[in-house]
Amino acid sequence: MSEAIAAAAGSPPVVHDDHHYTSTGQNSRKVLFWTFIGSECMFFGSLIATYLIYRGRDKVGPHPHEILNIPLTSVSAFVLLMSSLTMVLALAAIQRGNMGKTRLWLAATATLGMMFVGFQIYEFNHFVHEGLTLSTNLFGSTFYVLTGFHGTHVLVGVIWLWTLFFLTFTKRIGPGNDLDVEICGLYWHFVDVVWIAIFTLIYLLQ
Amino acid sequence: MSDHAQLDAHAVHAAHAGAHAHPTARKYVAIAIILTIITVIEVAVFYVPALHPFLAPILLSLSAIKFGVVAGYYMHLKFDPKMYSWVFYVPMAFAFAITLALLWLMATHRG
Repeated sequence: MSEAIAAAAGSPPVVHDDHHYTSTGQNSRKVLFWTFIGSECMFFGSLIATYLIYRGRDKVGPHPHEILNIPLTSVSAFVLLMSSLTMVLALAAIQRGNMGKTRLWLAATATLGMMFVGFQIYEFNHFVHEGLTLSTNLFGSTFYVLTGFHGTHVLVGVIWLWTLFFLTFTKRIGPGNDLDVEICGLYWHFVDVVWIAIFTLIYLLQ
Repeated sequence: MSDHAQLDAHAVHAAHAGAHAHPTARKYVAIAIILTIITVIEVAVFYVPALHPFLAPILLSLSAIKFGVVAGYYMHLKFDPKMYSWVFYVPMAFAFAITLALLWLMATHRG
């Protein structure tokens, strides 16, 4: 920790790591990723706005209150919420240098994400059998586009998590590479907060 | 570079960037319990007819709390430098403002 002491004393630290830092003192990858998340806010904001604008303007059914399954979606919302916990536990584990627990929590997060996608596939399949397709009415169009894009984001996150999981068995991801897990975690938590908004605005406030 | 040297390097840059220590695993679990309780309350409120006149303000407030807790503690915005909060919350404020403006526009110009 001699570099940390030198930094605290005002001396320039003599460190050579793989991370790149901007003039703000922040890691460039982390700044880039937060900027991407900012753009994702606008993306999902536009989809949610479109859903809300067209809500209640359908000429034909099925309507949201006739088809949305609150108990099922509550369980899937809980699954995604718990995946955020396992994600931060993976980050805490790699920051402590415990690679065994890092693998465990990464696999748990990916598995919970796959469960969420499974719930969504079941829901979409059920809705199609009930007569709601992408072109049935405004509700169908806006609902499938919004939740479909969210589900795709979850799927991308699941692929990312499994990739990290398998890389922990190589030298690519090890103690000191916690930024890789942290950035994946930022993406995962963002997907979770988007679902918090969707669950309230689309499912509970019908 | 050894693992310890990498960890030291991270600590140096964290100190430079003004970041604070992230919560412990125990605190992460406590936060998850709070989030679960809020979710249970949300769903329970949905099934209580007496609360339906107040459904929107109650549910929007509860989801805003959940959103803030996940962003603050799990995404570490409460502990990381404020720059990240600005990069996250400013586009979100834009999205929120555009949503409200479009809702108002569509509500007043039906035709």
